[in-house]
Amino acid sequence: MTGREVVLRLEGITKRFGKLTANDAIGFALHRGEVLALLGENGAGKTTLMNILFGHYTADSGTVEVFGKMLPPGAPGAALAAGVGMVHQHFTLAGNLTVLENILLGTRPLFGPGLGRAEARARVERLSRDFGLAVHADAKVKTLSVGERQRVEILKALYREARILILDEPTAVLTPQESEALFATLKRAVAQGLSIIFISHKLHEVMAVSDRVVVLRHGKVAGEVATAQTDRHLLAELMVGAEVALPHPAPGIAGATLMELRDVSTPAEGNRSGLCRVSLALRAGQITGLAGVSGNGQGALADLVSGLIAPESGALLVGGAEVSGWSPRAALAAGVGRIPEDRHATGSIADFTLTENAVLEGYAQAPFSRRGWIDWRRARAHAEAIIAKYDVRCPGPEARIRLLSGGNMQKLILGRALEATPRIILANQPVRGLDIGALTYVQERLIAARDAGAAVLLISEDLDEIRVLSDVIHVISAGRLSPPFARGSKTPAELGVWMAGQGFADAA
Amino acid sequence: MEIFEILLSASFWAAVLRIASPLILATMGELICERAGVLNLGIEGIMVFGAFAGWIAVYAGLGLWPGVLVAFASGAMFGLVHATLTVPFGLSQHVVGLGITLLATSSAYYAYRLALPQVTSPPRITPFQPLNIPVLSDIPFLGPALFSQTALTYLAFASVAVVALVLFRTPLGLALRAAGENPAAVEAQGLSVTALRMGAVMVGSGLMAVGGAFLTMSAFDSFFFEMVNGRGWICIALVVFGAWMPGKALLGALLFAGFDALQIRMQQTPMGAHVPYQVFLMVPYVLSILALVLMSRRVEVPAALMVPYNRGER
Repeated sequence: MTGREVVLRLEGITKRFGKLTANDAIGFALHRGEVLALLGENGAGKTTLMNILFGHYTADSGTVEVFGKMLPPGAPGAALAAGVGMVHQHFTLAGNLTVLENILLGTRPLFGPGLGRAEARARVERLSRDFGLAVHADAKVKTLSVGERQRVEILKALYREARILILDEPTAVLTPQESEALFATLKRAVAQGLSIIFISHKLHEVMAVSDRVVVLRHGKVAGEVATAQTDRHLLAELMVGAEVALPHPAPGIAGATLMELRDVSTPAEGNRSGLCRVSLALRAGQITGLAGVSGNGQGALADLVSGLIAPESGALLVGGAEVSGWSPRAALAAGVGRIPEDRHATGSIADFTLTENAVLEGYAQAPFSRRGWIDWRRARAHAEAIIAKYDVRCPGPEARIRLLSGGNMQKLILGRALEATPRIILANQPVRGLDIGALTYVQERLIAARDAGAAVLLISEDLDEIRVLSDVIHVISAGRLSPPFARGSKTPAELGVWMAGQGFADAA
Repeated sequence: MEIFEILLSASFWAAVLRIASPLILATMGELICERAGVLNLGIEGIMVFGAFAGWIAVYAGLGLWPGVLVAFASGAMFGLVHATLTVPFGLSQHVVGLGITLLATSSAYYAYRLALPQVTSPPRITPFQPLNIPVLSDIPFLGPALFSQTALTYLAFASVAVVALVLFRTPLGLALRAAGENPAAVEAQGLSVTALRMGAVMVGSGLMAVGGAFLTMSAFDSFFFEMVNGRGWICIALVVFGAWMPGKALLGALLFAGFDALQIRMQQTPMGAHVPYQVFLMVPYVLSILALVLMSRRVEVPAALMVPYNRGER
């Protein structure tokens, strides 16, 4: 392995953003025909490193060498011209253009006459056959699925005769089947002499697809190992710097019912199912898990609990009393802590600072508001407290939240919800897209909140997560809710029957 | 019915093309800007300045075509100011655009007063004359309706074809469309979003100015204050009406011009004696709003329109 030709070498790459050192003297080499996994938690510096390689950022120090030649820093075209292709986590495709047009973009002299579509189409079709990347060349990109868009990105790189492919968290947006197809494509590419850097924080993928692993932690190289000589536990340790134990909580002690739904129905919206005569009790000291295939009413239930919608029929009781005039404000006043499903769209405001985001729910009340004026000093102190207590890695409380990685954003949202000491906690997909470190942390906090007497409603599409954390499990299907199942009383297969909607017919 | 008589007269259709010409030119200019991701609200003022610049250049002794070039260059200059403020500096496109309209309009009036301090009625120039296209202009009805226009009208129609060809058939057009949809995709290919957008705004503004110059150099033969009279704003709406497609925008311009030519003629019918003329003046605008409502339901707005692009920012 070490005898093989080095195609890409990074040496001493350092990059600082304010007080945060995102990359600290990172160096490693990529050999011809191998898949090198770059493993690290969110915020470990992987994406920053790739932005430096591609000239989107200029490193404070360090060099990038491709096929024996130094790349000039801060020149976005240089890496491309040298034969490095990148598939970004956020695709760089124009939705109003066709697949072929997106591939052609930038490949011809700007002021030349035609686009050479026919010739390009033939090449694209050949590439898509050779690498198993099925996609329709004349389809508009905006009509494609996420998996298809990713194939377009890979085709784009191959069309530019990339010999090195870099994939930034390529499976984060894919279904398991799409991931398998991607891995097959990567194997074909390597067999044809390409070299691949596969950036990920998912251990099982790294084990499945890579030849060698470089682990990043806090912006430094924490270790470099051959995949064949390691296992998931060793990698996880390198990644987080300590032995990892996923939480296996003791059963909670159920207390009073804090929120209750009696025969509640809500209307469907678009593709989203409404609720159909749902009865549910959320009890203090319990995590209630909601399992189900997405789009079966989880959204409606989450919106109902967090105050975004009110019941169309049936009764909603908080603390034993029926509520009327249910609204987001009323939910907050009733002590509902909310961890929304989409931290970007509904959990935060991207261009607001951490401080502003930290008081989004409490800005209008004491202590952050006095006689109608916001007390920014207190707000800032609050944000600093959350940053310290919840280990939010960021440049500071005045940084805009969009600069944070998903895991750190989620920690701030978690901190915002929990610091208000809610009695009822809605956790909708709280660990989606998080790495192990952040995931365990968030789960432990939810368990701690439960033990302190909160009622937690956990919504997740991950059945394992539901089964490990929940004291009581309900299954939702087409807006109907199953009876409660006690911890450990149903196997995944048995829950699957309910998820498919069959248990309901039997019960009725 | 008088309306059928009007619709069957060749002079009506000739008027439609004439009224549509400045709208077409300026709409193509705006369309180029917006396709690249920049809303150019300077259009109204740039048209005023173009009308003035082309006319004064000819009055000062230049030929008609050099005058058109002067108008184009003056528009491109205002485009450069607009693009500098909105593209590299990323300022609000609304504020900058309205500022450019005020600046360009008052610059034109100021320059007019400087150049002609004593006159009460503006001097006339010899404008573009109708150009009878051989053979085609001899066809009964169609000939006088379509093929006896001035060179600038033919230029306006040609500009639609050129814009469409460039946008959809060349690498440059592809890069422009991508810059207005997802600039990051353009940057990722090593192309400069800044250069593309600035270039688009300058060329687009030049076309707007030529649209303005049509009024002083082809439709009339002199420069009056208020002569552009909101045509720039109509063009903004026409771009939306045309769903950012050159051909559909042309259709929109013809439709609007049709209503306008119709209302002028309706004023002279017996019905015009009973209905206040302001009602007729409203007709093209009311019908345009209706058409806009019906047509723009499912249009695809360039996704990055009005979004400044900063390199290296997420």
